[in-house]
Amino acid sequence: MYNKLTKEDISVLSSIVGESEVLCGNAISLDYAHDELGGIEKMPEALVRVHTTEQISAVMKLAYERNIPVTVRGSGTGLVGAAVPIEGGILLETAKMNKIKELDQNNLTVTVEPGVLLMELAAFAEENDFLYPPDPGEKSATIGGNISTNAGGMRAVKYGVTRDYVRALTVVMPDGKIEKLGGKVAKNSSGYSLKDLVVGSEGTLCIITEAVLKLVPLPKVSVSLLVPFGDMKSAIEAVPKIICSKVTPTAIEYMSRDTILFSEDYLGKKFPDTKNDAYILLTFDGNTEEQVERDMSTVADLCLEIGAIDAYIIDTEERKKSVWSARGAFLEAIKASTTEMDECDVVVPVNRVDEFIKFTHALADEMGVRIPSFGHAGDGNLHIYICRDDLGDGKWEEILELCFERMYTKAEELGGLVSGEHGIGYAKKEYLKKQCGETQIALMQGIKKVFDPKNILNPGKVCF
Amino acid sequence: MNILVCIKQVPGSNNVEVDPVTGVLKRSGVQSKINPYDLYAIETALSLAENKGGRVECITMGPPQAKAIITEAVCMGAECGTVLTDRKFAGADVLATAYTLSQGIKKCGEYDIIICGKQTTDGDTAQVGAELSEYLGIPNVSNVLSVDEVKDGKAYLTASLDDRIVKLNVKLPCLISVDGDINTPRLPSYKVKKTIGDDKVKFLTFEDFDDQNPDNYGLSGSATQVERIFPPEKNSEKQNITGNAAEQTEQLFGILAAKKMI
Repeated sequence: MYNKLTKEDISVLSSIVGESEVLCGNAISLDYAHDELGGIEKMPEALVRVHTTEQISAVMKLAYERNIPVTVRGSGTGLVGAAVPIEGGILLETAKMNKIKELDQNNLTVTVEPGVLLMELAAFAEENDFLYPPDPGEKSATIGGNISTNAGGMRAVKYGVTRDYVRALTVVMPDGKIEKLGGKVAKNSSGYSLKDLVVGSEGTLCIITEAVLKLVPLPKVSVSLLVPFGDMKSAIEAVPKIICSKVTPTAIEYMSRDTILFSEDYLGKKFPDTKNDAYILLTFDGNTEEQVERDMSTVADLCLEIGAIDAYIIDTEERKKSVWSARGAFLEAIKASTTEMDECDVVVPVNRVDEFIKFTHALADEMGVRIPSFGHAGDGNLHIYICRDDLGDGKWEEILELCFERMYTKAEELGGLVSGEHGIGYAKKEYLKKQCGETQIALMQGIKKVFDPKNILNPGKVCF
Repeated sequence: MNILVCIKQVPGSNNVEVDPVTGVLKRSGVQSKINPYDLYAIETALSLAENKGGRVECITMGPPQAKAIITEAVCMGAECGTVLTDRKFAGADVLATAYTLSQGIKKCGEYDIIICGKQTTDGDTAQVGAELSEYLGIPNVSNVLSVDEVKDGKAYLTASLDDRIVKLNVKLPCLISVDGDINTPRLPSYKVKKTIGDDKVKFLTFEDFDDQNPDNYGLSGSATQVERIFPPEKNSEKQNITGNAAEQTEQLFGILAAKKMI
């Protein structure tokens, strides 16, 4: 069992980070008890706002010695309850560690503290003529949280996910030791890749206090296409054909008219086209107008050939903003359209995306619930939302469990996995266990024990 | 109903360099686009034509490559457009631009409503619309937020007068300048772009105009001379406000009041 924080502990914490950065009891906002969608709430005993790696190290030494659970939190934008302190203890907020420390133009890297927001990182890279490719929809997430879930976002089709861009991490171990994993190197065959193990570990193995991230030169030209289809079936069926065309778009997103209308309501801003039932949104980037135009035309022609109603060109900042800002708000918009919702963030092989989406539509009809979805059709990662609307207590839980059960089973049958980018956290543990089986879960638990023998770091998450 | 939209080709990005010697914007090699404010005018025109019946044409003054924005307007739904292009038009200020447009428009046809954007992103003068209406001898309404109705030879409009919103009607033909951000402009269609023919864009030069006095066009027809063009200084000064919600609100109020912004 864990120890509760004592007055002495609080005074030690205050001496480490300063009195104003340690909050207890009612001084802690209720927001810290939950994330955006995890379905679990629990207040920490103390909220500790840290500013440096050394402070984190000192906090962890205390926690290790006193056997106090510690949960790390960035912006709290997670969706599976990973940053909820379910055992109480210390909630360690890294949001104030938000400096971009170095831009290394010789090694094409940027060194950041964990509290830097994704939107800040993206803007900084762009100002310096670079691109940091991972691009999750939630731009106010911190990079620390992003690395902890390995969320890849919209450009994964061409550029890969966050893990592909993490070159090095400075981490604090549960006992307070500071370790540097990886380096500013392009290749690494030096033993087990602990750095890659930490990416996506959801704050259960150690605490990320600094990250060296790879940048790429900013593509000079970027154009998007919004392709309307008469129905979702035709839209989704177009995706594998686009991929077969051997043009590699940066992003291939699908969206339904309903979802777009929710975002219009939510943002109070009209989308450029809502006449059609289903849309695919693609982006192409490159260094010459000719090349990008050629890629765009190849895909636009293909889409028209297979039944698209048109292909709208999104080639200026204003046009990109009018479309992509709506895309970025889909999750919040669906959330605002219902009384309660839960999500399924499965990833399936790209050539099975259409099958899975059609399955969710049939499931919605069968269960009599609304299951809107949108997502990264080009990388197989789908965001599917089961909406409660006016379902009563009991019935909602029953339907939710049934829907999840059926969806995860179907995803597995298609060769997919439980989470593409939102992680396991607290909410999806049972589904992970079911899919991975005893051996893999035992391996994960073993790894966790080696990193964190006292199980004080984000206990009760992922594989426990 | 015949609707004409005045549009302009502007640099595609805000990061346009100014030639330190001539003080002129370095346009070559820079991507260009339709002036974003004109997109609201195009959308207003297309919606109006859809709802009330009618056709939309566009007109621009610029170098021959300004054809690209007419093509783009056609891809958005306009029927066709005209580029007024001639070396004699070069260096025109707002007055000479408005005059050249008025000469061109007289050669293009008759229109019930002429729609302009509020201003351009490269010149930012917001004067061409009003001056053009003077030359055409038709009424003008600026900062139009919506065209609510067109009937019995009148357009019923909602317009912003900064401190108040007015509803008014104006006799056709008229010229209106629409405000920014009043709609979401539709996107250009690839399908149309693929099939568009050269017949959609017409070119008119000085030779085609009624007024054959070259002194009324371009630099010599301009009432103003540009002394210097320079990009605005970038101000990235940041001020962090700390404290609880009430304290932060109080501080923010103080700062805004001190700057006379409220």
